[in-house]
Amino acid sequence: MGSSLRIVNGRVYDPANGLDGAVRDVCVRDGKIVADAPADAKRIDARGMVVMPGGVDIHCHIAGPKVNLARKVQPEDHRRDVHLRTRTTRSGTGGTVPSTFTTGYRYAGLGYTTAMEAAVTPLGARHTLEELHDTPIIDKGFFVLMGNNVLLYRLLQEGRREEFRHALAWWLHATKGYAPKLVNPGGDELWKGERNANITKLDQKIGPFDLTPRKVIAAFIEAANELGLPHPVHIHCNNLGHTGNYETTLETMRIAEGQRTHITHIQFHSYGAVAGKSGDNPTSKASEIVEFVNTHPNISADVGAVMFGRSTSMTADAPLAYMLRRFGGGKWVNADTEMESGCGIVPFTYQDRVYTNALQWAIGLELFLRSEDLWRMVFSTDHPNGGSFMSYPRLIRLLMDCEYRKQEMAKVNQQALDNSGLRDCLAREYSLYEIAIITRAGPARLLGLTEKGHLGVGADADITIYDEDDDKEKMFSTPRYVIKDGELIIEDHEFRADHEGRVLHVAPDYDQSIEQVIQPFFEDFYTIRFANYQVDDRYLHQHQTIPTTRQAVGVSNGG
Amino acid sequence: MGENLKIVTDATCTFCGCVCDDMVLTVDLDHNRIIKSENACILGKAWFKEHAIEERPFAIVKGREASTEEGVEEAAQILANARFPVIYGLSDTTCEAQRVAVAIGDMIGGTVDTTTSVCHGPSGIAFQGVGESTASLGEIKNRADMVVFWGGNPAEAHPRLFTRYAVTPKGMYIPNGKKDRTVVLVDVRRTLSTPVADIFLQVKPRSDFEVLWALRALVKGRKVDTSVEQRTGISLAVLEDLVARMKSCNYGALLFGMGLTMNRGRHFNSGALLALATDLNEFTHWVAKPVRGHGNVTGADNVVSWQTGFPFGVNFSRGYPRFNPGEFTTVDLLSRGDVDAALIIASDPASNFPKAAIEHLKRIPVINLDPKLTHTGQLARVAFTTSTYGINVAGTVYRMDDVPITLRPAFDSPYPSDEQILTAIRNRVRQLLGGNRPGAGTPLATTVS
Amino acid sequence: MPDKMMLIGGRSNKQGTSLCAGKLGAEYVQLSSTVEMNVNDMARLGLKNDSKVRLRSAGGEVVVRCKGREAKDLPPGLLFIAYGPLSSELMASDTAGSGMPISKNVEVEVEPVAEAAAS
Repeated sequence: MGSSLRIVNGRVYDPANGLDGAVRDVCVRDGKIVADAPADAKRIDARGMVVMPGGVDIHCHIAGPKVNLARKVQPEDHRRDVHLRTRTTRSGTGGTVPSTFTTGYRYAGLGYTTAMEAAVTPLGARHTLEELHDTPIIDKGFFVLMGNNVLLYRLLQEGRREEFRHALAWWLHATKGYAPKLVNPGGDELWKGERNANITKLDQKIGPFDLTPRKVIAAFIEAANELGLPHPVHIHCNNLGHTGNYETTLETMRIAEGQRTHITHIQFHSYGAVAGKSGDNPTSKASEIVEFVNTHPNISADVGAVMFGRSTSMTADAPLAYMLRRFGGGKWVNADTEMESGCGIVPFTYQDRVYTNALQWAIGLELFLRSEDLWRMVFSTDHPNGGSFMSYPRLIRLLMDCEYRKQEMAKVNQQALDNSGLRDCLAREYSLYEIAIITRAGPARLLGLTEKGHLGVGADADITIYDEDDDKEKMFSTPRYVIKDGELIIEDHEFRADHEGRVLHVAPDYDQSIEQVIQPFFEDFYTIRFANYQVDDRYLHQHQTIPTTRQAVGVSNGG
Repeated sequence: MGENLKIVTDATCTFCGCVCDDMVLTVDLDHNRIIKSENACILGKAWFKEHAIEERPFAIVKGREASTEEGVEEAAQILANARFPVIYGLSDTTCEAQRVAVAIGDMIGGTVDTTTSVCHGPSGIAFQGVGESTASLGEIKNRADMVVFWGGNPAEAHPRLFTRYAVTPKGMYIPNGKKDRTVVLVDVRRTLSTPVADIFLQVKPRSDFEVLWALRALVKGRKVDTSVEQRTGISLAVLEDLVARMKSCNYGALLFGMGLTMNRGRHFNSGALLALATDLNEFTHWVAKPVRGHGNVTGADNVVSWQTGFPFGVNFSRGYPRFNPGEFTTVDLLSRGDVDAALIIASDPASNFPKAAIEHLKRIPVINLDPKLTHTGQLARVAFTTSTYGINVAGTVYRMDDVPITLRPAFDSPYPSDEQILTAIRNRVRQLLGGNRPGAGTPLATTVS
Repeated sequence: MPDKMMLIGGRSNKQGTSLCAGKLGAEYVQLSSTVEMNVNDMARLGLKNDSKVRLRSAGGEVVVRCKGREAKDLPPGLLFIAYGPLSSELMASDTAGSGMPISKNVEVEVEPVAEAAAS
């Protein structure tokens, strides 16, 4: 930090501040965007270039216990995609689940400066923070898996809603997490406790608990809103991947009743059935899903688009991974976490000739192309589930370039296209302004990160400068400059400096006496001591506490 | 006993992979020793009792007593000048130290390998081949109504695996503890662990794979010939009974030891067991777990994996990580005489490696970090005395089930930690090399300074 | 002809506790240089507890003391030794491309050593 910069002559795309390609100076001082820079500030001439805020990934899987298992299980994926060390930066390996250093450098190499790890067990929070500490350049946070938490279930079934809310806040605090995450609520208890069964209906009883997924979802939505969390509860709905699941998705969104709720990788939850035949090939229900989101401003979603090629399915939705294993027939990892979660990992390849894969690809595009409020239907591939983050530039091109899209559509399973609505939205092409919304401004706003996703005065100086190019894939693959916290990380496409990003986390208020409820439970059932469970500040290093709406402006820490 | 006592609660024992975090330590601060360790098993009690501060030189360089700084300088010179060095050990230190060790390996273009390669390395290889259904130990405590121990002797190597995690404790769905579980033990001999078992299968030596494969066949409904008994020592009827129990339990756990990995068949044995657990999930819930040895060997696997993508046996000489067991594993590197220097952290290969490997260690400059004098320390050109993790040093340790735990050290040591020494070495080597050394596979044009 | 047996290296409580005291300590050295043998095998070879015996493998050879175990605990033809420098001495360095030398079920030749000649 400390240095000053003036970026001149670039066309600035800053949707949060209404800038749609206007040529403006962008000035930086001490890591922040400022109105003016000193005369001796370093100048970057961005003539013929596009200036945007750094990208913000609202949902990806990049660090923590399940990610590391997915890394370990795929040496073949690393072998063919290596990342060389330089004099100043570390080496690593890529593939769909890159090593930590490579993850940070490659995100930065695409112009991304913030990414949220989307599923961490509380017991794995410490591990996740250790990995994030080794993930350079980008700022990062993580969502905490809570939708199958046994103690929270007990509080809920006893109707102890106040204590439930305090416990939820305590858990965010104890893990240094960013938001509560629900994954297939109720599913783990059936998976682990009832011989690998699963939840299929929102009103199904959850194993031994006097609870249903509906009750669990409602309680989390309410508590997260009461706490005023910067990002609301982040929901991976029940029945992911199942034919006909769009009804579960619509029903889940209705539970919110006007309260803020985020539905993640909604593409995987937008499947219809052919005339009531649930076991058959799925169809697209993207238009129904988008229609609901368009008309319900309390709901936001990220798409979770599918891109053809190698992926790794890694999810807390253990029954889903087991189902996918039957298609692939290869390696399968399952990992149960006491009192907290399940997890499944399956290396997977999406093929354009396969009906279901082509349909998933088409639905992802359809969701983008039908969306009317881009601020609430934002960009993701659920990396690496729908595809690696390295495929983002190609996905951007598919959205921006109608001819390219047609060309790609011609290659895929045509029957799947027939059962999607993609051919109905051929005309739409995203503009750079719109891309800036779905990849930067929108995710930042949904995350409640007021200093990110825009270039207004006071924002973090996380800036990406692209050479303008008709080939949008090429353009978004290789930014000419990437600036993180005001520091020039990439200049003329090459790394100039290493940088340690910040951990973004929340610290909501809660009644401390909740620990007296939680501790006895720990002593009975956990195999780690209560005193050793909470993650202490040493694991945060560079970090920033993002305030809730009930808290005063947060304290920014240098670590 | 001194008058100045301190109690440390919820401290962690790092002797074995159980990493029990419920120790209550009484520390005699006047004499810098732990005089009582409540909740520790017999091994843990010895671990805490025997790690008092000993009067030893901070470093020994070429046979002469030296300061830590002199040791760091000599070590840095060795590493900066080595063409094909190996960094080995790392299972008995913190993740914080492990991270620095891997960083050094990357910087100098060396090889990083851990004691995993001579422990559950084959299970790591099997994992890469078939995956694994696994669980945190608390799931086994709370849910497992059938537990199978294979090729291990937990009563003597991981005593509290039985009492804290997997056999006797009461759990949420196992209200009566051991009474609610069927405990099976498979081994070639009777040990102190045998009495815990409801069913003991004494298999013939070198027949684990055959027994596992027969079980897989039976699980899948295939026919197994009665000659299996002659080959393995276990009758078909016993195997069929075992499979029937395995399919009908609610939550089963297979916990396996080095009886599989250090034996003929190695990763095939581990792979067969992991595949058996996977197969059983067609019928009911099953998990499997290698029972890991040293305190933080699981942390070493995790750190090396997240930094490189591979769990052990990682070489950086081309400028990026390459994994190849048999090529980049330490026993092979040493026995073949490949490496020209070794940095050995908290491990004693000079005592537990094959003779040919030890002979090569005697030929090359060795840098050793250890709280105690060991055979490796005796032959090292630079031997540092370090403080002991968990007793003097804070940091992070991973339990055998990948659960990370923060250490609560009991008393200060005058000796530096592994992390401090490694950090000093890294900084000095960086100075000597002017940054990371370009990899052999790195064209100059792509190096950026 | 010396007897052929199968040697298992492993851990034991005492090996573990003496390890903490230090690998150069007397207890560890003594423990890791004692081999457990089936009592019937011992009788057949004319060995008693504490008798010296030479073990020879493809990797090397050592002289250790023996200790009897009942047949139900340790089958005939099987030997157990706590991990230590002597068990390592018998390990061959070939890992078959796995990184792991074989240290369980190592084939060894067993030969009694006359006390006077041994030391």
